[in-house]
Amino acid sequence: MKVSLFITCLVDMFYADAGKDMVEVLERQGCELSFPKGQVCCGQPAYNSGYVENSKSAMKNMIKTFENAEYVVTPSGSCATMFKLYPDVFKDDLNWLPRAQELADKTYEFTQFLVNVLQVENVGAKLTGKATYHPSCHMTRLLGASEEPKKLLNQVEGLEMIPLPNAHNCCGFGGTFSVKMGDISEQMVDEKVNSAIVTEADYLIGADCGCLMNIGGRAERVGKPIRVMHIAQVLNSNE
Amino acid sequence: MAMKFSKKNFTDRTKENISDDFMRQAVASAQERLHGRRLDAAEELGSWEEWRSHGEEIRQHVLENLDFYLHQLSENVAERGGHVFFAKTAEEASDYVRDVIKKKDGKKVVKSKSMVTEEINLNAVLEEAGCEVIETDLGEYILQVDDHDPPSHIVAPALHKNREQIREVFEKKLDYHKTSKPEELALHAREKLRQEFLDADIGITGCNFAIAETGSISLVTNEGNARLVSALPKTQITVMGMERVVPSFEEFEVLVSLLTRSAVGQKLTSYVTALTGTRDEGDVDGPEEFHLVIVDNGRSEILGTEFQSVLQCIRCAACVNVCPVYRHIGGHSYGSIYSGPIGAVLSPLLGGYDDFKELPFASTLCGACTDACPVKIPLHELLHTHRRIIVEEEGRSPISERLAMKAFGIGAASNPLYSMGSKVASTAMKPLTKNDRISKGPGPLKDWTDLREFPAVGNTRFRDWFYDQKGGK
Ligand code: SF4
Repeated sequence: MKVSLFITCLVDMFYADAGKDMVEVLERQGCELSFPKGQVCCGQPAYNSGYVENSKSAMKNMIKTFENAEYVVTPSGSCATMFKLYPDVFKDDLNWLPRAQELADKTYEFTQFLVNVLQVENVGAKLTGKATYHPSCHMTRLLGASEEPKKLLNQVEGLEMIPLPNAHNCCGFGGTFSVKMGDISEQMVDEKVNSAIVTEADYLIGADCGCLMNIGGRAERVGKPIRVMHIAQVLNSNE
Repeated sequence: MAMKFSKKNFTDRTKENISDDFMRQAVASAQERLHGRRLDAAEELGSWEEWRSHGEEIRQHVLENLDFYLHQLSENVAERGGHVFFAKTAEEASDYVRDVIKKKDGKKVVKSKSMVTEEINLNAVLEEAGCEVIETDLGEYILQVDDHDPPSHIVAPALHKNREQIREVFEKKLDYHKTSKPEELALHAREKLRQEFLDADIGITGCNFAIAETGSISLVTNEGNARLVSALPKTQITVMGMERVVPSFEEFEVLVSLLTRSAVGQKLTSYVTALTGTRDEGDVDGPEEFHLVIVDNGRSEILGTEFQSVLQCIRCAACVNVCPVYRHIGGHSYGSIYSGPIGAVLSPLLGGYDDFKELPFASTLCGACTDACPVKIPLHELLHTHRRIIVEEEGRSPISERLAMKAFGIGAASNPLYSMGSKVASTAMKPLTKNDRISKGPGPLKDWTDLREFPAVGNTRFRDWFYDQKGGK
């Protein structure tokens, strides 16, 4: 199966390891991977802040970049959601609408792709310890990927999953919200970090690097001992 | 209380409320209690999604045919001996109520909870005209007694107060000397209020839904006070937002099911009252005179716009009860009687961007509200629509932000520019990086690193690794 990677800016620049892990997991499942070079950003930072017009050029660039892809797979629930919103952004542009729709239809978040397209739940990963999972909002509610990560994590050998209290509450990232509304974001992320700590888990797992950067960055700052991992890193573990 | 109740700016309000530990504890525990109950109630009903769609359809149908149903409603109210007044503005509405009361030489007014009477600033207008106005819903009563503390929640207006605080208010204002047990507090309020009901000459109620086919108005409550307000005084005045109409009892039943389950996780509330017209011959109670005030106050301007769906709202507060932002800042931070996600959408529409432009940005667009809404209002999308209008059409964002976004539009669309930028960033951030993280960021990063560590830019970007390992393309 031919898969084009949409790696996202955060993974490209800050979390390359999570990207590499995703590559290895997918290759083990027999996928043939490519990385379309023109990709930059899905447009989310501008779009979510209300700058729809300014975000369109980034979106068009992505549509062009992935035009020849069969499947587009990304390690981020919120960036996948952004692609899914493209048809709505271009709903009045007859030229771009079909192209946007085509991209939206062939885009999958990493865990959705594994479970729903490749139909695997056990990828042969091993990781010893206790973990808790934070369901990112866009991934869970807007994309509808709520069960897939759990199915995959339940199959990881040695990993004990502990429910996260008030898991449904947002971690307070929200893109520019995290800096524009710092006072509020701080309270939200503190509650998230504390909820993770009370589970006594060794790992907090998520599937969106924005949220992980927020939760992990705060946990480090306030000195809370929990290791934050992207789900691709867990699924590529063998320890 | 008018819709806007605070002169402070949003940031100050938020800061102040975040440091109110009592409020936050009260809100968090209420949210957690209601969350579970609502989900259980939805599950108990079964096929919740179908019910939601049905609710949405009913509300959309009404909005598409609002003129028809309002006309039918008013004809039927008139037929049953009632008077109907359409108020274009808040002032028109409260002036009309005041004039009715004046004509009746009314002195004492008992009210049951109604957000729309808050919106039209009714109490202040009546008090100025020399009336004594008594709120009889327990939550509203507590706030009124506490020197008109503003409501912080559209269903439970005193949600921000805990029992102990309520006891203190009662002790100070109502000569109360018992414990903070809810039953004892409620009993005290009830005793105080009973005499007021008997003495009142005017009763004012809100209206959960008005039924067009029969000309009835309905009240959905747990306390029973609304029944006394509508049964004892000789004159009853009901104030409703113009969108609160349903075609018949059949649709009413669907919406009440959605409302009580979503608001309090109950199959039904203790009282669901439908009132039609004035007292008939032989009736033992009910008003001799009935007025229905239908308030527009900006609603008709929302019709036909991209915000129309907000008028589907049945004021259940499910969106408020799941909102993670409301959870930490409480209702008063919104500065509007309408708080939480519904408030963040509605307040700028009814009250304007000058006063409420921050509210649509006080959200992570997490979508919890949209998920919870029993009539499927896409709340987070409407918040986003506000943002777009505020920055693109109204140009109300700071120039620095606009320039940054413009630059984003150029940089994020071009791979060479991005590549150059990300390499420069990597080099520029090196000196700031310690142990793979940045603790004190420059410029725009500072707002982030004030609160959290920022990850170091990796030595090798993913794309470089990929080309290196797997070859280009
Ligand atoms: S917007 Fe929806 S969830 Fe919120 S109060 Fe209105 S009906 Fe209830």
